[in-house]
Amino acid sequence: MDEPKLVKLVNGEKGNIIKITSINLDGVMRRRLLDLGFVAGALVEVVRKSPLGDPIAFRVSQTTIALRKEESAKIEGELVSSGK
Amino acid sequence: MGNEYRIALAGNPNTGKSTLFNALTGLRQHTGNWAGKTVSMAQGSVPFKDKVFQLVDLPGTYSLFSNSKDEEVARNFIVFEKPDVTLVVLDATSLERNLNLALQVLEMTKNVVICINLIDEAEKQGIKINEKLLMNRLGVPVIKISARNKIGFPLLLDTIDRIITGAIECHPAQMKYSDEIEEQIRKIEPKVREMVGDRISSRWVSLRLLDGDEALLNELNKRFVPEGVR
Repeated sequence: MDEPKLVKLVNGEKGNIIKITSINLDGVMRRRLLDLGFVAGALVEVVRKSPLGDPIAFRVSQTTIALRKEESAKIEGELVSSGK
Repeated sequence: MGNEYRIALAGNPNTGKSTLFNALTGLRQHTGNWAGKTVSMAQGSVPFKDKVFQLVDLPGTYSLFSNSKDEEVARNFIVFEKPDVTLVVLDATSLERNLNLALQVLEMTKNVVICINLIDEAEKQGIKINEKLLMNRLGVPVIKISARNKIGFPLLLDTIDRIITGAIECHPAQMKYSDEIEEQIRKIEPKVREMVGDRISSRWVSLRLLDGDEALLNELNKRFVPEGVR
């Protein structure tokens, strides 16, 4: 069986579906992201990337939320589907 | 007046909370200001049977962890102003997102009614909601409504009435945390209870303190510690 491939949200490509495993942020920003649905086990889809790759829009629990790379670089997950 | 009861409305933004508020209160509303706060909340009255329900429309938030002024105002109202019943309005078409707030409210206060709004819209999308199962899991009444089309209002008002009279008793489901956290709660909860008594949930305060919630600590100081001791 293949080992699940770990990726940071910031490195996700359009259409990728990533299952969150860890959120390496603290304090209010961590709390905020958890409230918005970025919790361990949640499936996140990369919806689109800005021309320069920042920010990136993600689909998480039925809503689209854009994150800057400062945050998306600190959220990690397993690549569940490349969307192709 | 002895027959007036305060009902708070909480919910995520865009769940139709204000639509429900307006539909229930009609034009009998005004904007209320709460001590020490500049954020205003609409307030309106709903006569029901021999009672008058004073509805307070809290700011719409995704959470009640005081990340922002809105959240702090909504949270302080639920915890410290102690409404007789708190309605949590959820969007039937995105329950997963909305239940986050509902679970937070269940940890904070006892008398809660969950209103699942936009139920007609959800049914159109083929979403079926088993409110009996939710009621069993959450330990409080769960009522499906459509604020826009005024569906479910009689049952909602009757349920609020029956909670106030004590005919329905709420047993809100409490989140169980990891052994480590539960152990810490056991350590500090008795001391917290000495301080806050039965006025607010000591388990909830313990959890917030473990999370390092300074805004809450300041609020507790302001409200419970006598002037001069601070």
